[in-house]
Amino acid sequence: MKPGVLSKTPAARPVPSMPRLSPSGWIVLALLPVLAAAPLLLPTYQVTLANNIGIFALATLGLVLLTGVAGMTSFGQAAFIGVSAYATAYLASVSAADLPASLAWMAGSPLAGLAVGLVLTLAIATVLGAVTLRLSGHYLPLGTIAWGLSLFYLFGNLEFLGGHTGLSGIPALSLFGIAFDKAETLFYLIWAVLLLAVVATLNLLDSRVGRAIRALRGGQRMSESMGVNSFQAKMTAFLVAALYAGLAGWLYAYTQRFVSPAPFSLQAGIDFLFMALIGGVGQVWGAVIGAAGVTFAKQWLQDLLPHLLGRTGNFEAIVFGLLIVLLMQRLPGGIAGWIAKTFERRRHRPAVLESMDLPDAEPLPRRPMPEKGEVVLEARGVTRRFGGLVANHDISFAVRAGEILAVIGPNGAGKSTLFNQLSCVDHPTSGEILFRGERVDGRTARAMASAGLSRSFQHVKLLPTMSVLENVAIGAHLRGSKGVAAAALRLDRAEEARLLAEARRQLVRVGLGQYLHAEAGSLALGQQRILEIARALCADPCLLLLDEPAAGLRFLEKQALAELLVKLRSEGMAILLVEHDMDFVMGLVDRVYVMEFGERIAEGPPATIQTNPAVLEAYLGGVE
Amino acid sequence: MNFQIVMLLGQDGLTNGAIYALLALSILLVFTVTRILLIPQGEFVAFAALTMAAMQGGTPVRLGWLLLALAAAAMVMDIHATWRRDGRPAVRRGSVLGVGYAAALTVLTTLVPLGDAGVAVQALVTMALIVPLGLALYRVFYQPIAAAHPLVLLIVSIAVHVVLVGVGLLMFGPEGARTEPFSDGGLRLGMVMLNSQTLWVVAVSLGLILGLYLFFERSLYGKALRAAAVNRLGAELVGISPELAGKASFALAALIGSLSGILIAPITTIYYDSGFIISLKGFVGAIIGGLASYPVAALGALLIGQAESFSTFWASSYKEVIVFTLILPVLVWRSLSHHGAEDEE
Repeated sequence: MKPGVLSKTPAARPVPSMPRLSPSGWIVLALLPVLAAAPLLLPTYQVTLANNIGIFALATLGLVLLTGVAGMTSFGQAAFIGVSAYATAYLASVSAADLPASLAWMAGSPLAGLAVGLVLTLAIATVLGAVTLRLSGHYLPLGTIAWGLSLFYLFGNLEFLGGHTGLSGIPALSLFGIAFDKAETLFYLIWAVLLLAVVATLNLLDSRVGRAIRALRGGQRMSESMGVNSFQAKMTAFLVAALYAGLAGWLYAYTQRFVSPAPFSLQAGIDFLFMALIGGVGQVWGAVIGAAGVTFAKQWLQDLLPHLLGRTGNFEAIVFGLLIVLLMQRLPGGIAGWIAKTFERRRHRPAVLESMDLPDAEPLPRRPMPEKGEVVLEARGVTRRFGGLVANHDISFAVRAGEILAVIGPNGAGKSTLFNQLSCVDHPTSGEILFRGERVDGRTARAMASAGLSRSFQHVKLLPTMSVLENVAIGAHLRGSKGVAAAALRLDRAEEARLLAEARRQLVRVGLGQYLHAEAGSLALGQQRILEIARALCADPCLLLLDEPAAGLRFLEKQALAELLVKLRSEGMAILLVEHDMDFVMGLVDRVYVMEFGERIAEGPPATIQTNPAVLEAYLGGVE
Repeated sequence: MNFQIVMLLGQDGLTNGAIYALLALSILLVFTVTRILLIPQGEFVAFAALTMAAMQGGTPVRLGWLLLALAAAAMVMDIHATWRRDGRPAVRRGSVLGVGYAAALTVLTTLVPLGDAGVAVQALVTMALIVPLGLALYRVFYQPIAAAHPLVLLIVSIAVHVVLVGVGLLMFGPEGARTEPFSDGGLRLGMVMLNSQTLWVVAVSLGLILGLYLFFERSLYGKALRAAAVNRLGAELVGISPELAGKASFALAALIGSLSGILIAPITTIYYDSGFIISLKGFVGAIIGGLASYPVAALGALLIGQAESFSTFWASSYKEVIVFTLILPVLVWRSLSHHGAEDEE
């Protein structure tokens, strides 16, 4: 279960008058006194260990977001920490005379070290992301492996970074007059940064940008059709992960007061991934559990294994490696995932919830709709060839505002090919497609979404573990504008409330109002199709493309759907649907366009189509 | 830099490049058939080289124990699988044979001194150990999750690599080793002296590439593997077991890896963890080939060999930095020629 969903569960609001607190909020509240007391009660050795865990957890948190939520893998986290730690260490230990006069003020300044470290880390991440994130998922891990090694060898060979011996003599951190010169004081700084990062991550996931990031795993085609820029969402996750690594590097340099290449090797990058996986990738708190678990287990194994094996070496890696294989084979959710699952099961959360807990918000502005009767979408001589196969041949038709057009035809008639071209997922070999008078063939699905075309999918595409409400809110992506920083700092709440209110409005409208907080995957197939229509409506389109909307619906559901479509038509919406259910089509639509073998065989109002001999011959198997 | 040095560096680059090309091909083969990025490919290389060195140096050969352990694990997993399926445990003949084979080979390599048996026999024994190791790795680590998301497969690959490096340290110790060259002398071409080991590497690589070509073009098993690579489900429907395809590709990868290790052992000092860096250069070659094209991957790997060799001359300590930074322009080019978003199933 995703943290964003967690924060809206009913168990978290005990009394209506009290401010709502999510489970994560309770965890933070419970942790605060423990953390405040820890340095006072624990011996210095344990505090130092807790400091390391905090730093590791910060870097691992980035991986949880990247790997667990966004479905990407990076082995470069340790190298990013290294870049920032080296920048910090260099500026902290260099004498002002060794820097160019204009930069001399940076020498010895921790804030300059932080700034330079973060800028360098983010710059490298931007370059790496720019060249790998458009490609399939294997290039990022391979790219980060190669770059992690490159940077490691670079650290070891650059004279001014001290080569393999590293940089020592970093003075103690002093910020705004407070000296962080002991493990106990550093503890507060590290864990404060970590908790802030955890809260920021939770906020980010529970936002417009967060939904785009969560849609990356298995929903990219869908979210692109809703106007989400997947590349940008990937880059966001990657940069946030790098940012956390950069922060961790700065803290690391001032905690150890010595840096050398070894802790930033590829092996360390792998260790961070292991921490994220063992803790439970996809669970924000898994970062803390994983970092603590691996650190303690490593210490224990480093004491135990040399006794067992009779020699020293990096043998704990064998145990961790086998543990990871076992986890991947048996428990892919990690420890935190397992806890969340067990917890959920015990709570017996009902699938159907009240819908009244969202505050009413000011409705979102709507786009100017075309006049009734205006041509919204037009195909002119569209032909699509796949090698020698002509899937669509010279298709021409128009859909007007306030009209429902159905495209029908037997299997293999080329309806899906046509549908893909109209939504700009595919492009015609020849011919033109015009949307509101402008030529659009060759544009991206994303551009069509912002122009006002919204669609559903033949094979339902939704994010099964995300709530119904959030799935539908993805449709409203382009109607909001708040970014990462606003989301992390909760400055997006007014806009977020409007987006969610819009999503709820559409869900109520299509009749799914009582399922707002259920997991989308728990709905029946017919309901999932209706959900897709609500999501499409959330984008405030002027043209709706529906791919077999009535498939899998029961009789009453079909009636309700037909009523909804009629209502949309009366509001001036242009609707094009591909459908197999003739009863549904004939009673509903204004015109029917019949295809067979990629060509038009008839077009007209339902009554004439139903008696058209060519249609009967082709579609119904001929007249006996 | 004069002609002599250019030829020397070029020869060095060619030798290494040929090895990287072999590894790139084997990485691609496994990837296309199983969607697994075989990060542990390098361990086959290092284990083969160190096993050869152990035989020649008269130190105990411990690789058999690893094979035995994996074979035993495979047997337990087989028994468990039949128990879950049929409600009662049963022992498959294959897994018994596997354990028997591993035990026999372990006894052989432990008791019989192979120091004077000659390179050919040592190489055969090494391959007899490592090829089944590839099979066993697939059975134990990958087969239970063969249908999982590629991300999960990659993570398991990394984990298996980490485990094998740790086990490698246990089996071979931290010292590096180098083996005797296959033959002395060399071949004089004009004013250039070709090293005999270079000739061996080039000849065996070419032979292996030709063999692979014939296997994939002419034999039924080769064609079945290609079919599985093109469309896994389609291949399964016409009766090509994905299990068999996976095992076969792993066995081939282990064969190629062990040959590479045997070839490279007289040229470079190999440590228990050297395999990763070597195979990573194969990965760079595979990336140049877009994780799809065999000839481009092989050419890319040859290029990496040359780049490495010449950067050793100019900026020795930055050798690895230069080689691994080379993937950046490749990725830029791949990224620019790529369109649109895709869902990975």
